[in-house]
Amino acid sequence: MKYNWDWHIFAELEPGASGTYLAYLIGGLGWTVVTALLAWTLALALGVLVGTLRTLGRPGIEKACLAYTELFRNIPLLVQMFLWYFVFPELLPQAWGDAIKQMPPPWSSLVPAVLCLGLFMSVRVAEQVRSGIQALPRGQRMAGLAVGLTTWQTYRYVLLPVVFRIILPPLTSEFLNTIKNTSLALTIGLMELTGRARAMQEFSFHVFEAFAAATLIYLLVNLCVVLAMRKLENHLRLPGYIGSASNAPQAGH
Amino acid sequence: MHATLHFQNVSKWYGDFQVLDQCSTQVNKGEVVVVCGPSGSGKSTLIKCANGLEPFQKGSIHMDGLSVGDAATNLPQLRARIGMVFQHFELFPHLSVTENLTLGQLKVLNRSAEQAREKALGLLERVGLSEHANKFPGQLSGGQQQRVAIARALAMDPVAMLFDEPTSALDPEMVSEVLDVMVQLASEGMTMMVVTHEMGFARKVAHRVIFMDQGRIVEDCSRDEFFGAPRSARAQEFLSKILSH
Amino acid sequence: MNYDFDVIARSWQYLFKEGMTFTLTLTALSMVGGVVLGTALALMRLSPIKPLSAFAGAYVNLMRSLPLVLVIFWFFFLVPWLGAWILGSKDPIKVGAFASALITFTLFEAAFFCEIMRAGIQSIPSGQISAAYAIGLNYRQAMSFVVLPQAFRNMLPVLLTQSIILFQDTSLVYVISSTDFLGAASKVANRDSRLLEMYTFAALVYFVICSLASWGVRRLQARTAIIR
Repeated sequence: MKYNWDWHIFAELEPGASGTYLAYLIGGLGWTVVTALLAWTLALALGVLVGTLRTLGRPGIEKACLAYTELFRNIPLLVQMFLWYFVFPELLPQAWGDAIKQMPPPWSSLVPAVLCLGLFMSVRVAEQVRSGIQALPRGQRMAGLAVGLTTWQTYRYVLLPVVFRIILPPLTSEFLNTIKNTSLALTIGLMELTGRARAMQEFSFHVFEAFAAATLIYLLVNLCVVLAMRKLENHLRLPGYIGSASNAPQAGH
Repeated sequence: MHATLHFQNVSKWYGDFQVLDQCSTQVNKGEVVVVCGPSGSGKSTLIKCANGLEPFQKGSIHMDGLSVGDAATNLPQLRARIGMVFQHFELFPHLSVTENLTLGQLKVLNRSAEQAREKALGLLERVGLSEHANKFPGQLSGGQQQRVAIARALAMDPVAMLFDEPTSALDPEMVSEVLDVMVQLASEGMTMMVVTHEMGFARKVAHRVIFMDQGRIVEDCSRDEFFGAPRSARAQEFLSKILSH
Repeated sequence: MNYDFDVIARSWQYLFKEGMTFTLTLTALSMVGGVVLGTALALMRLSPIKPLSAFAGAYVNLMRSLPLVLVIFWFFFLVPWLGAWILGSKDPIKVGAFASALITFTLFEAAFFCEIMRAGIQSIPSGQISAAYAIGLNYRQAMSFVVLPQAFRNMLPVLLTQSIILFQDTSLVYVISSTDFLGAASKVANRDSRLLEMYTFAALVYFVICSLASWGVRRLQARTAIIR
């Protein structure tokens, strides 16, 4: 039984004749990264908002945030992707729905993918932010208010900067999850890395070379993100907190 | 061998830090030996080396003729013959009291289920806890848990028992119920090595007292000698602090 | 825009007898296989034998770094070749979509179950192992009778939550055109041009099942903490 390995396939032209297969895959990586970054931005913005709202102690808001969380957690991501792509345009007023349906590819795939992923991941971010805030000593909020800051200012200048540093490791994980989850967008036509590896397999019949390349690229991306985050963590580290270089209290002024 | 437990020049390091320094002593059959000393003196470590729970780098320990440090020794079989009672009881919380007592009998000694159960119930009666046979450790008080722990060790029919500060984690009122069991055990002729601060117990039943300080055995003499006239200044200092309460 | 929710009633049998059965069977079998393999991996990771722990660590990190879609594709194409290699046949053997999916999900989720069990095992106080050894149990017995039962019980809520995630993940077999619940809904949707109704219905069904399951896990969590 033989499988014909042929690593030279990457130098051959792909049937769209826009470049070699290798370039084709790298292009896919580009789409993966763009989608992930856009979705992550949305996720961070919404997640910080929802996570913060849940800690304000107002039962009505809390219930709403809880419902939001439960909704996005209990439906599989792929189903959500289909809802955004097939169902969402139908639910909008006629004019808007038509406008969306007339978007040319790749935007017709990119926009729903970003919205879907962004909202899905915002729930995870919200959970991290919420537990981060709740892990802070209660006195921090009181100290902020005691100085005269409003609630919003207390969160902005006192609580959230510290919370962000605490939750940086789990947030890194969630960002990596975002990158992995972009692969689901191939089902709605977004030609990101996995989708392109699959296409390459279909056109060239070199199954394992295609997927091996995709695997390697994902691993490299992972590595880069982890290293970059580690640098960021070191840069943002607060002296005196666990893991910082100078744990000893500084004397004097 | 006449000596049940024989320590010869035992030395142990944690990295660069030496915890035991050439400890030599023995516990003879039927003897009760109390090991005392300040915290960090290595007394708990010494006793954990005796049944191989802690490794040691130099020297040798022999239990009933078997070498503990030897790689060829079957440690589980050896451990089945020494009973150990821990400071924090360490009963298995997911098993009932009876099951805690029968686990070792069934899996290590290969006794039949009825034999094991009979033995377990008999021991529970001996330590005064028959009515708790089907309860779970979480439902018992500290003193009760420790008595069950002693019964668990006895269920293996050990030739010797090791106690690592058995009453240190107990409320003062429960200390005596556990010590009573230990005194009874001693009077029945069990070979015991007990790490403890309870000097009253030592005075009552110990045959010998070992005093350790900074990993070394500083005193190793009969009970009367120790309480009457210990030779080292360190031991005298220790005694005066402990006995003033 | 006219909606035809009748399509749901008409395809009910197909959706549930074929689709949901596939989904539930795949979930249940992968869950069991994944936990068993995951526990073995956790023990390997915690083992003092370096090659064993290095292998388990590499495996877990690999599975956690790749998108599940890619892993599904990998195994979809790889299993027939591996099967041929094992059985010594000339051509890749035919493996059904279910078998391929089962292998994929068991091996993939095992990495996540491994990390859960590893946390569980490491949370058992070391005194428990000392006590188990002290009565003469060997490593295998100490693990089987003292450590793993407690670790499993402590981590049960997290294991179940991961299983709910697994249940949701099975929808990804769509990419290999399998007829799980989502696949069945999709086929009906495309055949009858009822995308909106079918996908909304599918979302609703998943939502109800997962919400109920999560609620169940929360109740279980409240009731089964082992008293220490």
